[in-house]
Amino acid sequence: MTETASKPGPTEVWITGIGLATSLGEGLDANWAALQEKRINVDEKGFAPYIVHPLMPVTYDSQIPKKGDQRQMEAWQRIGVYAAGLALDSAGIKGNKDILSKIDMVAAAGGGERDLNVDTGVLTAEAKGANAPGFLNERLMSDLRPTLFLAQLSNLLAGNIAIVHGIGGTSRTFMGEEVAGADAARIALARIASGESDIALIGGSHNGERKDLMVLYEFGDFNLKDKFAPVWAREDHAGFALGSAGAFLVLESKAHAEARGAKPFAKLSSVVADLARRKQPGDMAATLEKLWAKLPKRDGKGAIISGATGAEPATSEERGFLKSHADFPVRSTGTMFGHTMETQFPLGLALAALSISRGALFPPNDSTGTEIEMQGAPTQIVVVGAGHWRGEGMALVEAV
Amino acid sequence: MTAPRDKLGRPVVVVTGMGIMTSLGNGKGDNWAKLVAGESGIRTITRFPVDGLKTTMAGTVDFVSVDPFSSTGLSERMAELVTEEALAQAGIGAKADFPGPLFLAVAPVEVEWPQRRELGRAVGALDFTYDDLLRISGGGKYSAYHHRFMFGSVAAHLAETFGTKGSPISLSTACASGATSIQLGVEAIRRGETDAALCVATDGTVNPEALVRFSLLSALSTQNDPPQAASRPFSKNRDGFVMAEGAGALVLESYEAATARGAKILGVIAGCGELTDSFHRTRSSPDGKPIIGCMNKTLADAGMTPDQIDHINAHGTATPENDKMEYNTTSAVFGELVQKIPVTSNKSMVGHTISAAGAVEAIFSLLTLEHQRIPPTINYDNPDPTILFDVVGNKARDARVTAVMSNSFGFGGQNASLILTREPA
Repeated sequence: MTETASKPGPTEVWITGIGLATSLGEGLDANWAALQEKRINVDEKGFAPYIVHPLMPVTYDSQIPKKGDQRQMEAWQRIGVYAAGLALDSAGIKGNKDILSKIDMVAAAGGGERDLNVDTGVLTAEAKGANAPGFLNERLMSDLRPTLFLAQLSNLLAGNIAIVHGIGGTSRTFMGEEVAGADAARIALARIASGESDIALIGGSHNGERKDLMVLYEFGDFNLKDKFAPVWAREDHAGFALGSAGAFLVLESKAHAEARGAKPFAKLSSVVADLARRKQPGDMAATLEKLWAKLPKRDGKGAIISGATGAEPATSEERGFLKSHADFPVRSTGTMFGHTMETQFPLGLALAALSISRGALFPPNDSTGTEIEMQGAPTQIVVVGAGHWRGEGMALVEAV
Repeated sequence: MTAPRDKLGRPVVVVTGMGIMTSLGNGKGDNWAKLVAGESGIRTITRFPVDGLKTTMAGTVDFVSVDPFSSTGLSERMAELVTEEALAQAGIGAKADFPGPLFLAVAPVEVEWPQRRELGRAVGALDFTYDDLLRISGGGKYSAYHHRFMFGSVAAHLAETFGTKGSPISLSTACASGATSIQLGVEAIRRGETDAALCVATDGTVNPEALVRFSLLSALSTQNDPPQAASRPFSKNRDGFVMAEGAGALVLESYEAATARGAKILGVIAGCGELTDSFHRTRSSPDGKPIIGCMNKTLADAGMTPDQIDHINAHGTATPENDKMEYNTTSAVFGELVQKIPVTSNKSMVGHTISAAGAVEAIFSLLTLEHQRIPPTINYDNPDPTILFDVVGNKARDARVTAVMSNSFGFGGQNASLILTREPA
């Protein structure tokens, strides 16, 4: 918190809670089991020719008991509030008013779903000749649900988490696609490491089953079409398959965790991020190398969890970067979970911490040789998050 | 000579450059002159038809042209202009080489109606579905719209234009966003990560759907005629806020770095604080505890007591609930002093610049410190008898001002406060 003076030495920061609700399932065991079985949940038909990784259905009541709260949210917020609740449960602080009243939240968020019927209704009426000056105004005034706005506002993911789970510390929402997830972790880590904060909830959520988002990404021809393939095998058939997921983590100073007897999954040692200009081929790979060099020394048993999207040229640039670190086994969250945008980096952090705590990296799922088997327990996992258009982030998660 | 560290041992954070734009005009000179003269920037909307709308006025920025027009494009252009003004004043770094990170408060971004309508026309049929829109969106024809409607696009553009360092952060804490951008900059300097930070807040979202959204939540004033009289903070007949556009930019530096390069110090960010309200999506907790806690945290962060605050730049949106809640919570923090401290709401003149408001009002607070003159709260001719603030009503007031508290409260339980002073404590 801001009134606390900076301490001279950096504080060790632990990951003490993880909440996951994804296309592979809810909770750590279900996700871990699916990863072990190399099970991927893709829907090639529902949005054909576009491919999505749909959310494995969850019982929202268990984390969002009030139906009224559920009604006030759209899917992207419900997924996030649900996953945040799982993270608080995992950290053992659900309902702990003393801790929740001071927890610092940093959410990475986009915006909420539009009402496609309203949009299509306006446009088709206009196509049929509705051209009165106030036509759009009148239709929006009469057709938009009054509370839809609140289900669309970026900062209302964090707002709903605060309401449903009773969080009363601070609340910040970062936007800006993929790198927003890295920046959320970066700022929360810096605040805890410097003594400004003791404990933070960070993460994001994304509903990939949205045609309004597909329109936005189709503008740039970024959607994966027709046929699923692992992200490394999309060079001639580029694109990302949007995924639905919520991923939240509880970050905590070692002292704060020890004082309440909490056990860490892993340690979050460093988060760095940058904005490559991406004007020339090689710009992005050079930025990734720069970030790699900024991370603390890697002398343990290392691995990389990548959030590569499958979109080009970013994925090829990242593949080039990975080739220069070929001694690190690589795993791609994009292959297994689809592209969950702001949530991809927190998801990578969650899987890194989970892999370290379970003493094994999950198996490769790739036909191109980019992902190789790993024997033994990883002690250092680098999480890489390069945006499909802009923004690069990287983190080091280590065994405690 | 003042110590470069504050009472808590952290680097003192000072302001060395400011840029501002509101419906009153472009730049500090124009804005300040009109603000102390009690001029309103609120006018009837001409950018788009207002037929069928309950609220037909706003504080639009119509003197900046953007082609093709989009709210995000306007936000970006305003942010660029205020940043240029702030950097020119600060004289820091080199051209396109700002020596620190960017923290940008920006309204959430989405595809807007002009572009959606363009797609609808491009389908070329009388009847179609959303799938038809999706089908024609690809192929590169609209690739510029992908870039335009990325949430990170405004920050990426500013970072590239001004050469800020590292990953620029785009943030939203609703109506507190501008204050949060400043807070993030202050924290980065206090942690010693950087000697300088560029904090920018911008909002150009007066468009039909945004207006309808706030209207459907009954948040907007409908006193359309005359538009200049619509925004009535602390008045008995206040009936909502007035949407407005604007932007603010601040160059923050450690006191040590600023003095080492001989920069003129415009003021000090002595304290910042925030506290979440988990009561409701749009309403404050009835006991006001989160807002009270936010103000107290900010005082503690500044190492100050309520009697050291001699002016409050209120959130003062002119919604019936906000102004009442703001008075009650301020009373709880300031006790009897609440009736003696001059309070003003800039929103009476410039409207509510939403994502930009926290930065716009911080800059007005710093100008108040510089000029020792408090801008008025206009349209204050029917005071709410239950709000016993010493409102600086209708006419600017000369006053000795050494420390200003600036408050921002937003949807989603967002509360943030800043304390700005003339000199380091």
